[in-house]
Amino acid sequence: MLSWFWKNHPIKREKNLGFFEKLKHGLSKTRKAIIEKAEALFRGRAVNEALLEELEELLIMADVGPQAASSITGALRERVKKGKISDAGQLEAAMKEEIRGMLKEGHRIICSGEKPYVILTVGVNGVGKTTTIGKLARRFTDHGFTVTLAAGDTFRAAAIEQLEIWAERAGAQIVKHRSGADPAAVAFDAIVSAKAKGIDAVIIDTAGRLHTKSNLMEELKKIKRVISKEMPSAPHEILLVVDATSGQNAINQAKVFNEAVGITGIALTKLDGSAKGGIVLAINKELGIPVKLIGVGEGVDDLQDFNAGEFADALFG
Amino acid sequence: MFESLSERLDGIFKKLKGRGLLREDDVNAALKEVRMALLEADVNFKVVKDFVEKVKTRAVGKEVIDSITPGQQVVKIVNDELCALMGGGQAKINLSPNPPTVIMLVGLHGSGKTTTSAKLANNFKKNGRRPMLVALDTGRPAAIDQLQSLGAQIDVPVYATRPGDNPVNIFPHALKQANIEGRDIIILDTAGRLHIDENLMAELEELKRTAQPKEILLVADAMTGQDAVNIAKSFNERLDLQGVILTKMDGDARGGAALSIVSVTGKPVKFIGVGEKVDFLEPFHPERMASRILGMGDVVSLVEKAQEAVDMKDALSLEERLKKNIFTFDDLKNQIKQIKKMGSFESILSMIPGVGKQMKGVQVDDKAFVRIEAIINSMTRQERANYAIINPSRKRRIAQGSGTTVPDVNRLIKQYIGMKKMLKKFKGGRGFNLSQFKF
Repeated sequence: MLSWFWKNHPIKREKNLGFFEKLKHGLSKTRKAIIEKAEALFRGRAVNEALLEELEELLIMADVGPQAASSITGALRERVKKGKISDAGQLEAAMKEEIRGMLKEGHRIICSGEKPYVILTVGVNGVGKTTTIGKLARRFTDHGFTVTLAAGDTFRAAAIEQLEIWAERAGAQIVKHRSGADPAAVAFDAIVSAKAKGIDAVIIDTAGRLHTKSNLMEELKKIKRVISKEMPSAPHEILLVVDATSGQNAINQAKVFNEAVGITGIALTKLDGSAKGGIVLAINKELGIPVKLIGVGEGVDDLQDFNAGEFADALFG
Repeated sequence: MFESLSERLDGIFKKLKGRGLLREDDVNAALKEVRMALLEADVNFKVVKDFVEKVKTRAVGKEVIDSITPGQQVVKIVNDELCALMGGGQAKINLSPNPPTVIMLVGLHGSGKTTTSAKLANNFKKNGRRPMLVALDTGRPAAIDQLQSLGAQIDVPVYATRPGDNPVNIFPHALKQANIEGRDIIILDTAGRLHIDENLMAELEELKRTAQPKEILLVADAMTGQDAVNIAKSFNERLDLQGVILTKMDGDARGGAALSIVSVTGKPVKFIGVGEKVDFLEPFHPERMASRILGMGDVVSLVEKAQEAVDMKDALSLEERLKKNIFTFDDLKNQIKQIKKMGSFESILSMIPGVGKQMKGVQVDDKAFVRIEAIINSMTRQERANYAIINPSRKRRIAQGSGTTVPDVNRLIKQYIGMKKMLKKFKGGRGFNLSQFKF
């Protein structure tokens, strides 16, 4: 049945467009309308309080959050006062500069060092963890690395099957237990198996969990402990998957997950919708966790490295 | 990071204390905080703007209800407006007079459609209906398996399809199967899709034409940010929704998306999802949601509780009596009864902004009130009306009857006399300070 599925779902292989181009290309009316609105905002406008207020509004609408938005416009207001900004074009540039400045860029996710390179993925329900893992695995195998996926979501119905399909698409191995098994044991077995086979990377899926459920956060800590026991340098990367559609609650998510297991990077998913994912600005500002990956579509190739400049551009378009 | 709205309004409350009418300046100051609270709760910017404007026109010039501060009054107006906007009561799912009723769930990826489908089916089953689930998410890997496995959990049949099938073509087969099995409700679990995906949205329109659903419900994540407006608007424009199910409410998201969605679509939230297990689906309560969005809740419920508890008749008669300078032990007992209606003293205190911090660690003895009531109950009618006749022998009897001691009785009488004196000063004044009751 799986192979049947495979044949009927040929992998889309588009040329790797940049994120911004991709967003500007061929998307719907809604998206275009937003872009045009943002462009019109800056075009030929006088720099005054009204424009700054509209900017703040735009930032809030991008989920940057009322506090971060007012701190950005506050900084711009200062610059205007000092006479450093005289036209709307300069204001736009200054704004993007501010935003870029707020965003830390982490190192790229690449397999390196001791084998296997272990990546643990965590996040709340429905943000796209499994899909992100599938795409990430595909990226590795495309570069000639071998990958083992660990089916650590033993809770949600059919999560293991979903990961199996992705493993097949990506040409990765999979280590799975039955549904309801201990996810830490799955992670452990995956690393042992990868070590034995000389696999380059292990990507561990976990069940989506709301950060408010302390027992589930404890479970996550245990997974990490067990991984580190088997391989002291691992996990090398702990990715928090964040849905770009989410609002201010993502800050709480990042905070609690970070306290529990120490997040090394964020994968921001679903940026192909009309949401801007501005919340990562606040997360960056408050916790200093860099965004490393962005998901811009459902295709296997729609996972890209984060680029602060492009992101700042896209926030307004 | 978010200070609760009640904490923030504390400061404004102080400045506002003791004014009869809500003035525009004061209202503006309070609404600035309300605006911030709403934005932090992810209510859409434009929705907030309209909302605050509406509240302002309602609040300015309004008389402040006795016994609450003007700030609280503003919050109450805000809360009333929020509740009104989010629907007066609970909206139910409409069932078709000619079964099977078709219910279609739509939404973005990861909003929780599949889990919600199973929860809904479970809910119907518990109410004696015979639901059937139809797996129309033929795109996402293993989505069909997921629904099948959930269906098995709740013992509801799942009409499964093969990955890649066209959902529009599947429906007639599912309907046929439902009729054969005598199913009266068909729940369609559609694939997640972006509201800006032209093709997939068109597919839903086609499915709607074919399936003629009685209800199309948007499944939306309570954590959704500003984009909730665009999402809801698009789905509603294309499909004319009957309502919304808000998921992942068991997290700590303030859920401003609910307000955004309801105000742009005018469609009610019908259920909320409060957990991953199949029975965690609850009816929506606008007033609870309002409190949650405001990030405070308790102040509002205190205001409401206070208003309800102070039975208008009692209050009026007490006022009359006070004017005539009558205040007996019976009046005192009534006062205590009204306060007790509001809940335990500690819970009342914790609802008052600012008090929470100060009262931390302070034990309030709810039993003190019980003792006072017992003492008063042990008095004769004459004693209650005229404390002067209570001599030592009567005191001993009262103490014995109430299970207290003579010093307890003495203390109450002393405090009662003190209150009576104070009330005389206020003559016709409103309410009195209970804080002098130190037991």
